[in-house]
Amino acid sequence: MPNNPKLEQTDRPWMIRTYSGHSSAQASNALYRSNLASGQTGLSVAFDLPTQTGYDSDHALARGEVGKVGVPICHIDDMATLFDQIPLDRMNTSMTINATAAWLLALYTAAAERQGVSPDQLQGTTQNDIIKEYLSRGTYVFPPEASIRMTSDVVAYTVAEIPKWNPINICSYHLQEAGATPVQEIAFAMANAVAVLDAVRARDDVPEETLGRVFGRISFFLNAGIRFVEETCKCRAMTALWGELGRERYGIDDARMLRFRYGVQVNSLGLSEAQPENNIVRIALEALGVTLSRDARTRSLQLPAWNEALGLPRPWDQQLSLRTQQILAYETDLLEYPDLFEGSHVVEALTEELLSDARGELQKVLEMGGAVSAVENAYMKQALVESHTLRIQAIERGEQSVVGVNRFEETADSPLTADGDASILKVDDSAEREQVERLLAFRSGRNDDEAKAALQGVEDCLKNGDNIMPASIRAAHAGVTTGEWADTLRRVFGEYRAPTGVGSARGTLASEGTEAVRTRVDALSETLGRRPKILVGKPGLDGHSNGAEQIAVKARDVGMEVVYDGIRLTPEEIVQSARDEGVHVVGLSILSGSHSVLVRDVLERLTKEGLGDVPVIVGGIIPDDDAAALRAAGVARIYTPKDFDLTRIMGDLVDIVGEAAR
Amino acid sequence: MSGHGSGRVERLLEGLAAGDRTAISEALNLVDDRRSEQRQAALELLDGLATRPLPHAPYRVGITGAPGAGKSSLLNALVEKLRASDAGIGIIAVDPSSQRSGGALLGDRMRLSGGARESGVFLRSMAARDRLGGLADATQAGATVLSSVFEWVFIETVGIGQSECEVAQLVDTLVFVAQPGAGDTLQFMKAGILELPDIFVVNKADTGPAAERTRGELESTLGLTASPEPGDWRPPVLLASAQDRQGIDTLLDALAEHRDQGLKSGRLEARRQSGEQAFAVDSLARRYGEYGLERIGGAQAVAQRLAAPGPRSIFAVVLELGREIERAVKPG
Ligand code: B12
Ligand SMILES: Nc1nc2c(ncn2[C@@H]2O[C@H](COP(=O)(O)OP(=O)(O)O)[C@@H](O)[C@H]2O)c(=O)[nH]1
Ligand SMILES: [Mg+2]
Repeated sequence: MPNNPKLEQTDRPWMIRTYSGHSSAQASNALYRSNLASGQTGLSVAFDLPTQTGYDSDHALARGEVGKVGVPICHIDDMATLFDQIPLDRMNTSMTINATAAWLLALYTAAAERQGVSPDQLQGTTQNDIIKEYLSRGTYVFPPEASIRMTSDVVAYTVAEIPKWNPINICSYHLQEAGATPVQEIAFAMANAVAVLDAVRARDDVPEETLGRVFGRISFFLNAGIRFVEETCKCRAMTALWGELGRERYGIDDARMLRFRYGVQVNSLGLSEAQPENNIVRIALEALGVTLSRDARTRSLQLPAWNEALGLPRPWDQQLSLRTQQILAYETDLLEYPDLFEGSHVVEALTEELLSDARGELQKVLEMGGAVSAVENAYMKQALVESHTLRIQAIERGEQSVVGVNRFEETADSPLTADGDASILKVDDSAEREQVERLLAFRSGRNDDEAKAALQGVEDCLKNGDNIMPASIRAAHAGVTTGEWADTLRRVFGEYRAPTGVGSARGTLASEGTEAVRTRVDALSETLGRRPKILVGKPGLDGHSNGAEQIAVKARDVGMEVVYDGIRLTPEEIVQSARDEGVHVVGLSILSGSHSVLVRDVLERLTKEGLGDVPVIVGGIIPDDDAAALRAAGVARIYTPKDFDLTRIMGDLVDIVGEAAR
Repeated sequence: MSGHGSGRVERLLEGLAAGDRTAISEALNLVDDRRSEQRQAALELLDGLATRPLPHAPYRVGITGAPGAGKSSLLNALVEKLRASDAGIGIIAVDPSSQRSGGALLGDRMRLSGGARESGVFLRSMAARDRLGGLADATQAGATVLSSVFEWVFIETVGIGQSECEVAQLVDTLVFVAQPGAGDTLQFMKAGILELPDIFVVNKADTGPAAERTRGELESTLGLTASPEPGDWRPPVLLASAQDRQGIDTLLDALAEHRDQGLKSGRLEARRQSGEQAFAVDSLARRYGEYGLERIGGAQAVAQRLAAPGPRSIFAVVLELGREIERAVKPG
């Protein structure tokens, strides 16, 4: 209830969610139920990385990752446990799942059927947006063409069978997190939507007259940064451009179908490690940006937590974010008015400017063959890397203020972080062991023949082009596991490695600091007899590539030779590459929390290969306690988000390589 | 052989003979090293490799073409096939250096799929450095090192005109990868290097009829320029799809045919020799400059001495010529 009961105009509050899940289905279920009890109105499921990339919890690549950044879901029992006592006919569930979206939706549907809820009663969203996985998020598995086919399978299936489901959530959110400007965020998201819609339109099983309904089911997931006025205008511009596309490209005129429906998670990239309490204010302002304009108001909102750059949020941290939303929705008078910007020339002009630039950029991508081509030829990825370079450079040079980071840095001791690593959630290592035990028990309890037959059914679909959903739902009931399902697809479709975009990315502008390091690199080259060569490696399932990309580009720009082969390599591959390439230093970037296992693995292998004297440095989200342990294990230097000055890091690199050469 | 690093050189030679990967890597570092005593040691190493019998007959293949044509993908497909027969494979991948900083971003090229990445294919990337043509300084020497261990040595280099000439000098067969679309052929003609490749492949045949068209265009252009003597090699223009693994066997057949024909006709041997000579002259010129070469009679004379048949390897001759130059320029 709003504070002013006289108002009839009052808008309904947006859906209030928190992105969460960790350890196990059981632990996450408890978390969800307590969140719902404290006034959250929908669920947003975070899966762990093995689930997102199609591995069972007992797979070698899953080691150290199970239950870390989300909930592990291997089979129907896990899914049923996750929603235990949560009636799925009344819940609205958003699932951040992409490469394996069809499978997790199949498990969800099967779990609902177990509850006695039929598919047509289900409400919610599968993110199911593969293009932005290649560009930013990194949990892709299969090649683009095969992936788009599955996306469109899910769209075609849900439009017919789960009509209240949002089969795909086109995400511009992750693009901004990878450095996108507002114009890029708008244009690339629209190009992405066009790729999906074109694929659906081309299907035989989607009659022309349902295209309007398909269009109407497509929703978006946006970001909202700290320049919140501009962000308001971005949302307005996207609303306009979406309508334009619907009318002009797809011939839709039903206004209800043309509505731009979107949810938001506000920006996390700009949340700082230094003076982390300042993030509370950033988050609130960003939330304001996407709720301020009634005509372009978000339909659902997720807020990160103040300790975002430190590690995973604890329940209390998430509660504070939830309360922030509730204050905005229920305490302020925000929802009582029609659109505040009606008639505002300033907002109109800014919106128009974004719109026209975005149209141009969209056209460019469409002309090169659309979003899939612009993934494969690295156009979009490179553009993001370049934008991110500019962003980081502006912060480094003080041209873009970040309070507490490059301005007003002095601070009193914060009571919030006084207890060190106790200010974040630590997932118990026993979570992985217990999950694996449950998985093994599940496998031995199921009827193997049935599971095998169901899996064959999935494979047949892949080959003969039938929609993958019905066979997947049967497989879910038959006890097939996430890894088995994905392995079948890997076998048929093959695996894909997306371009990294760094190869010919324009780099940093010349600056005094950079020049100085470059001179030192030249001198070091004389000593070494060749240019210093660095391997930037991303071990494990972690897809956070920003840091690795920016380090790679910067190292090139100060004159080093850089080997960077993208995300998701095994420690073994990294060590082989370090040896074959003859590098002077190995730099590992890990943000997903699995650093302790992975870094040690790399160190051990290096020693075994006789490369123990090659210095290893590590960057990412590394809590202090872990950093101390890694240093003791032999890591030369450790960097975290507060080390935002890349030029300084490069200077260190010169020192480290120089020392090792002596 | 006597010299500075001979202990190390002996050790590396042994390691290479045993196929030890750490030794391969160290040898590649050595031939890439500009410091003078290291250069000396590198030449000793190369001489050692050149004068000892190999247990296998190495074959070097250059793969060139515009960025994005699918060179790496095609290479990956070839590697997959070759690995099935357990062949040893070494790869040198050359990427351009930044003009401004001298730095380079390597990688983002090996689309080696899981199997090939794990199977022990040796990959070294190199930056093109100050060579305009786009080939790394150490490519020739690196290829010699890899050839001593592996049957197959591939050199991937971005085609930017000049580099075709350079890579042609150091491989037995040069493959040019084109992608569908007229642009490529035109570019290629403009660059005026249509004569160099031994095999043309139009990749991405899966994308539709444009590939077949491009092949037709290339064929007719080639027909106009090249009127081969009987018995001469006539470069085929093949269609392939690295993505769908189509045309890979045909490409392998064409490689085998070119190699066999070259061996029979003696062309292969001649090509290797002239490649090494070019490397030698180049290496001396880079180290001592025009002025240095003049001290011992100029580039022409140097080339002649390199070409004179003798029991020693060309690398030993380079070492000796270097010493001569040093004596000649040193006062007193
Ligand atoms: C941006 C971001 C994303 C983007 C990533 C885009 C991309 N392509 O990189 C997106 C939106 C895709 C994303 C997704 C996810 N994210 Co995220 N993300 C972040 C965020 C906000 C910023 C990271 C970043 O890019 N910073 C900018 C770069 C430049 O900084 P950096 O990487 O830290 O690098 C600096 C230093 O660390 C160091 N450095 C780093 N690497 C290296 C390497 C070398 C050699 C050197 C010398 C230095 C160095 O130097 C850099 C310069 O300052 C962080 C929180 C935060 N504020 O840090 C969470 C965070 C890392 N994400 C997190 C999570 C959980 C996820 C997800 C797994 C969520 C889920 N369950 O699905 C997903 C999945 C991603 C995946 N596939 O792995 C958690 C990790 C928790 C943990 N460690 O315990 C964090 C900490 C947020 C949180 N508190 O929950 N994320
Ligand atoms: N459709 C299609 N795409 C291909 C094929 N071969 C390569 N590609 C794509 O073309 C792009 C460039 O490939 P890459 O091998 O890196 O090219 P390189 O720069 O020449 O080494 C990548 O996006 C590949 O996926 C092919 O046969 N068919
Ligand atoms: Mg390549």
